[in-house]
Amino acid sequence: MPDATTPIATDEILRVEDLKVHFPVMKGVVIQKQVATVKAVDGISFTLRRGETLGLVGESGCGKSTTGLAVLRMLPPTEGRIIFEGEDIAGYDGERMRHTRRRMQMVYQDPYGSLNPRMRVRDIVGEPLEVHGLGDDRRALRERVAALISMVGLLPDMADRYPHEFSGGQRQRIGIARAMALEPSLIICDEAVSALDVSIQAQVVNLFMELQQRLGLTYIFIAHDLAVVRHISDRIAVMYLGKIVEIATRDELYRDPLHPYTQALLAAIPIPDPELEATRPQQIITGEVPSALRPPPGCRFHPRCPHAMDVCKTQEPPLKGRPGGRAVACHLHP
Amino acid sequence: MAEPLLQVRGLTTRFRTDGGVVTAVDSVSFDVAAGETVAIVGESGSGKSVTALSILRLIPDPPGKIEKGEVIFDGVDLLKLDDVAIRAVRGNKIAMIFQEPMSSLNPALTIGKQIGEPINLHRKAPWTQAIDKAKELLGRVRIPDAAARVNAWPHQFSGGMRQRAMIAMALACQPKLIIADEPTTALDVTVQAQILDLLKNQAREAGSALILITHDLGVVARYADRVVVMYGGRIVETAPARILYKHPRHPYTKGLMASIPRLDGDTRQRLVPIEGQPPNLALLPPGCAFAARCRMATQRCHDERPPLEAVAENHLKACFLETPAEAHA
Repeated sequence: MPDATTPIATDEILRVEDLKVHFPVMKGVVIQKQVATVKAVDGISFTLRRGETLGLVGESGCGKSTTGLAVLRMLPPTEGRIIFEGEDIAGYDGERMRHTRRRMQMVYQDPYGSLNPRMRVRDIVGEPLEVHGLGDDRRALRERVAALISMVGLLPDMADRYPHEFSGGQRQRIGIARAMALEPSLIICDEAVSALDVSIQAQVVNLFMELQQRLGLTYIFIAHDLAVVRHISDRIAVMYLGKIVEIATRDELYRDPLHPYTQALLAAIPIPDPELEATRPQQIITGEVPSALRPPPGCRFHPRCPHAMDVCKTQEPPLKGRPGGRAVACHLHP
Repeated sequence: MAEPLLQVRGLTTRFRTDGGVVTAVDSVSFDVAAGETVAIVGESGSGKSVTALSILRLIPDPPGKIEKGEVIFDGVDLLKLDDVAIRAVRGNKIAMIFQEPMSSLNPALTIGKQIGEPINLHRKAPWTQAIDKAKELLGRVRIPDAAARVNAWPHQFSGGMRQRAMIAMALACQPKLIIADEPTTALDVTVQAQILDLLKNQAREAGSALILITHDLGVVARYADRVVVMYGGRIVETAPARILYKHPRHPYTKGLMASIPRLDGDTRQRLVPIEGQPPNLALLPPGCAFAARCRMATQRCHDERPPLEAVAENHLKACFLETPAEAHA
């Protein structure tokens, strides 16, 4: 390709530093004034190696989807750096960002809402190529689209059909083919399998993993289903109210979760085995996620935390690195 | 043995759609014993929700119609009752909890009025008494400060609190049966666990049987005594939960178990999906609804519909194929 990027020295593809995404809350019809701020993402940092999958988990309002959108610059970051393939893209203008976005793509949750119902599959998949000026050679375009369609496991004759003719799982395959069209290096999957029935979900999870092996893709896999995330991720970051509370390799996180919120999340998920469930200790935390408009002072999890101490009510614990690359933000683990 | 609390026999519900007549529930039969928790599991379009709605005759007609069958509850066929008589059952002897607590609560009535309504209606209790009872129920479902919250509006409640209010409403008349249709699908996982524990404990305390409709095999494992597995509007397998998870007999049930990632599973192992797509209910083949996706299907499976038959005590499946376990036996 003409604009092939120079290879970077390390295998680091993405570094997010102290990313903040704040939304103003406005009041008034004629004269608007800002009355509050929703700190959807409030200072998070993580890195991603090429070919790796980072799972991003947490409950609604934790900021996981906002993080994904901000990394793709589909939401403006309020503060922080987003270093993608060696360049800080946090301040890129529209034109430069359009260029960068060829290398980073998104697969969305809703396979019904994210495909234009009036476009044929071939045009949906081919559109990114045309937008980026790669569709002038019509024959090459047609071949490329056909290759993409077969790559995601659809049949060639499906190219001339419309989205409504497909089931949820097939639509998600179309969305994946479209995201792959520009040969991106980073793909952000935002609840990409959450809306699918379980028997179909496994098909799409396997497809993501096959494509990663074949094409060396890097994923940020955003989901609330911790079992799916565990299956697909190398490392996992757990978010709560705009903060990363724990980040660790997959096996460490599930074998030995350190943050009380991670422990609570894992305990809340039932395992499909009645005998095991009957003997599993049932520690269910109380309360619900508070509003991001008024996060609790100190550690944001302290009102629900079974181990909360006095210090947790006033001082926010920083995300502290530990040996082996894991990090946890909790006063119990100074 | 005592008569089961609920006996569903040959229940068949059809919908007229643009794509033709769809048999959403096709000759479904199962029992629920008093105090028992039965899970109905299946994917979208399997007929699990329509089964639940048919039991309480909540199918909009048109386009839907309960065509055949019996729903014998406490010795009475609910399908034969007139409108007045079925209304006396709903919210009284049988309560229902829906998936979306916001759309199933009336936004223009206070929480207390809505919880008190079935008590006022069915128990003929005066409103002051009904509201007092509502306060007590709100406390039972662990809504803090129940005495004040009884005057709150649904929009002032979070998703989890609304579902707690729905449970309070369901418990109001001490029903013999509670039907919960995906009660926690819209909620976060930590809240899901709170709500399901509450529902199960309250049902146990009140001695109510529970029909739990869900797509989540983890939820089934944690809460159900017995499981009914549906596919394409039909029951394909039913067994006590422990037996079903240990020895699933129907290829669809086995496929489901193999396709879900588990928190304690082997991460190096690939998921084994069920190939193909869910069936179009308007164009079901004459044989087994699952045959098109079944790796072991024979010609007979495509031509002839397998009956739901016992393979062991309390264990039924609708499949012509012998599983290895049976071959051994």
